[in-house]
Amino acid sequence: MAERNSPLGGATDRLAAVAAATGGAVTVAEVPFLTQIGVRALPSTSTAVDVNVLQLGPDEWLIVGPPGLSAASADSSAVDVSAQRTTVAMGGSRVLDLLAMGCAIDLHPRVFRVGDCAQTTMAHAPVIIWRRETGFWILVRASFAAHLADWIVDAAQEFTAGD
Amino acid sequence: MMLIPCPWCGPRDESEFHYGGQAGVAYPAEPDALSDSEWAKYLFFRENPKGPFRERWSHSAGCRRWFSLVRDTVTNEVLR
Repeated sequence: MAERNSPLGGATDRLAAVAAATGGAVTVAEVPFLTQIGVRALPSTSTAVDVNVLQLGPDEWLIVGPPGLSAASADSSAVDVSAQRTTVAMGGSRVLDLLAMGCAIDLHPRVFRVGDCAQTTMAHAPVIIWRRETGFWILVRASFAAHLADWIVDAAQEFTAGD
Repeated sequence: MMLIPCPWCGPRDESEFHYGGQAGVAYPAEPDALSDSEWAKYLFFRENPKGPFRERWSHSAGCRRWFSLVRDTVTNEVLR
């Protein structure tokens, strides 16, 4: 099998340096090669797949699971879109402040709870923001990933280790 | 910046949307029967009111769905 290159494979060190520079106030890392399956189905359609399902629209869903799943489907449209986006995992005590610099919607845990997701723009790039127990996962199109990574590294500069 | 209420995603910035013009412009029931001027009127002529205007919007950076709303063209207030 040919070697796979993730969109942010070349930025691993720069993203890891953010945690060191901010004293852990902001942590960033790519989660490459997740399986993503775009599904068009009515909300009543049941699914037996034990993975995370993000609702993107009234009849549009995105199944996100570990690398290597297959997009087999019985009665709805399911397309493997794993190569469309990569995932940036973010955490740390100041991550909300950083995200607020590039995103207009309210991500406070009172409003945007664990498990919630939203499609919006982050630093002008279209993204899916997904809150998880451990922080945020930002799903970003492969061609916008380098821009988003550059923006995150730049925006994190104001959070120093002393904060 | 207008705050536009998407029926699926809630209020979002205007920059996430694309504008679709006047809502409720029905396709002619018998397009073959239209004269050139009537066809041109269907294609190109739209209301331009000062006040409430029913229009189409697409939440292109979000759920990508089209919806209609009524906006006051003077105040940009979304009425419903």
